[in-house]
Amino acid sequence: MVETGHFALVLAFALSLVQMLVPLYGARAGNQKMMAVGGPVAVTGFALTALSFAALAIAYASSDFSVASVWENSHSLQPLIYKITGTWGNHEGSMLLWVLILTFFGALVAAFGSNLPATLKANVLAVQGAIGAAFFLFILATSNPFTRLNPAPIEGRDLNPVLQDLGLAIHPPLLYLGYVGFSICFSFSVAALIEGRIDASWARWVRPWTLVAWMFLTGGIAMGSYWAYYELGWGGFWFWDPVENASFMPWLAGTALLHSAIVMEKRSALKIWTLLLAILTFSLSLLGTFLVRSGVLTSVHAFATDPTRGVFILCILTLFIGGSLALFALRASRLTAGGLFHPISREGALVLNNLFLTTATATVLVGTLYPLALEAVTGGKISVGAPFFDLTFGPLMLPLLAIVPFGPLLAWKRGDVFAAAQRLMAAFAAALAAMLVTVLFVDGASVFAALGVGLAVWLVCGALTDLAVKSGFGSVTPAIMLRRFAGLPRSVFGTALAHLGLGLTLLGIVGTLSFGTEKILSMHAGETVELSGNTLRFEGLYPAQGPNYSEDRGRFVVIGADGNAKGEISSAKRFFPVRQTTTTESGIRTVWFSQLYLSLGDEGNDGSVVVRLWWKPLVTLIWGGALVMMAGAAMSLMDRRLRVGAPSRRKKLVPSASLS
Amino acid sequence: MTRRQKRLSVIVAGLAFLGAATGLTFYALGQKASYFYMPGDLATATVQPGQRIRLGGLVAKGTIERGQGATVAFSVTDKQKSVKVTYTGILPDLFREEQGVITEGSFGPDGVFVADSVLAKHDERYMPKEVADGLKAKGVWQESKSE
Repeated sequence: MVETGHFALVLAFALSLVQMLVPLYGARAGNQKMMAVGGPVAVTGFALTALSFAALAIAYASSDFSVASVWENSHSLQPLIYKITGTWGNHEGSMLLWVLILTFFGALVAAFGSNLPATLKANVLAVQGAIGAAFFLFILATSNPFTRLNPAPIEGRDLNPVLQDLGLAIHPPLLYLGYVGFSICFSFSVAALIEGRIDASWARWVRPWTLVAWMFLTGGIAMGSYWAYYELGWGGFWFWDPVENASFMPWLAGTALLHSAIVMEKRSALKIWTLLLAILTFSLSLLGTFLVRSGVLTSVHAFATDPTRGVFILCILTLFIGGSLALFALRASRLTAGGLFHPISREGALVLNNLFLTTATATVLVGTLYPLALEAVTGGKISVGAPFFDLTFGPLMLPLLAIVPFGPLLAWKRGDVFAAAQRLMAAFAAALAAMLVTVLFVDGASVFAALGVGLAVWLVCGALTDLAVKSGFGSVTPAIMLRRFAGLPRSVFGTALAHLGLGLTLLGIVGTLSFGTEKILSMHAGETVELSGNTLRFEGLYPAQGPNYSEDRGRFVVIGADGNAKGEISSAKRFFPVRQTTTTESGIRTVWFSQLYLSLGDEGNDGSVVVRLWWKPLVTLIWGGALVMMAGAAMSLMDRRLRVGAPSRRKKLVPSASLS
Repeated sequence: MTRRQKRLSVIVAGLAFLGAATGLTFYALGQKASYFYMPGDLATATVQPGQRIRLGGLVAKGTIERGQGATVAFSVTDKQKSVKVTYTGILPDLFREEQGVITEGSFGPDGVFVADSVLAKHDERYMPKEVADGLKAKGVWQESKSE
């Protein structure tokens, strides 16, 4: 089975070369048959990659330690679920997952692209094939997951204990669906440049893919954040770690792309910019892959320490980013510019959004790469962390968030800020009230905290105002309003939900950072501790044995106001003998949207235990808001206008911008 | 507004944004980035009390003292010099004697380094990259040949 997988991988590489060359030549020569090759080859390539991935997963599930990658990252005593998720919990397997998702998206274009113009489809698949070929070659040459060991070891070296968690089952696949999903936008852009033609219908094809990728990336980042939060035992939800930034940069650029593609589709303006943004977004995905996979960073995520891999990915990076930008430089000037608009208009607001988001992306990029560049040039080592990003990223985000509610309320072409402001009066009043309540009734609230709360409420109410205005609130009878509300385009709901989710996430962040409390103390069994109205009694440490670890579990009873036990929280220190590693399992109790978070420290000589306790108000909203954003993207995807395959069954395409 | 004017206004706005962001970035890099030192580097470098730095090295053997509650004191060494560090909080799971760590914080007036975070992130060799590089540069630590 392992050899079958290896063989399938080599075949998939060969097919990706075919997918790259034949349709591309066909599109240039106008050969219909050669262009038609792309679709079936893309689907077959996906099937072969899936077979290869399944073979590796089976090797992991059955603990076949004759495979080097399984030996290094698995153990026969691991629960089956972690054996399977261990497939991508290492460098080789995660690269295989990367190309699996790449070929999956290629196959989707082949399957759903029946109404694309033949040459565009052929070129898109060719570019997709080129990316695939580069990464297949990378896997086969430097990180082959199917390398055998002879003689086969009897026992494996275990999966990194931090990764032995359900988070590994969800986080990487979601993240890669997002990361790699942007490859489609990239391929469409490069194909448009090759053809020298781009029009509004191009945006209609690209937007659904952007939405899909953005939705999964949002989910992947949120899931990764929650995973780090409960698994690492530090109670933080975002560390500005380079690995996190690597996924956050494509998200920021992708968010900008999502918005500029709307302008392009509706008003056929910002074409060249949208194209460039699509290229940049996937370039940032590639850069992220390089940062994480090459081992230039020190982080739990960077399994790779082999420099040949880094150089190889750097070559791929240079080839694709350099190549596409060179093509852009050559061809973009020949694409005609689009419609005019007044600065105060929906388009103007979306341009402003793009300016903010791309500048913010740039600051994150500098903060992530500067330490690496400095070390390479001078050898000096610096760390750029939260204080840097608070000072650069923060000031850029605040004004952006403040203007978000205006955008959807402005008309296309020429808008009226005063009319929009008038409609937002209620939302503004609500935000002001929230600020006052925060300052007056919450102990220890700073001005910044109050501003943050106000901004979050402003975003949430602004999103609701948009829906209310568009369904005719105040000007028609409730019955008609309800009918109008139900008849609103799905994309309007999508926008409102996404902006509302943003507000919720902000509320969660402000709540946790500004009103959170923490206590570190050493406790003996029977002692109680009080934190922000929660009383806990330490019951003691209880040893237990897991399948591949032993643990000391500290049990705590939550005591209610009446003195009776309301529930239990437990946190554990786990020791994994194979890797000689200890991990902390945090204990979490959710109270409405807030959480009580507890983690165990060292045991003292006198039988006491160091306990760190946090009260995190509204913390679950951080990830809940991301879920609402995802729901917004899903809602937008269901819009008739954007349904994949639904747009334009027109026989003949009328190109609005042409080179020839 | 003509196309020219429109384009000009977008470019001006874009430049203004970039300018503001560049200014902020330079300021933040100057103020908020913290430099990494090993104990032996401190003799030549001028580190003011209160200046945020990262101090890395090995946890010296037999120096870990657990004080009142959750406060811990230990020495960080690069086998040439060592520096006393105090930290209040929960030490990372990988913290132990002879283990490479990175502490972040600043020197108090008494010359004791007060850390507000202790990292023991590691690669396969249980050594943070900066610490491993620093020790290698000083010839204290050789890469093991068994890997």
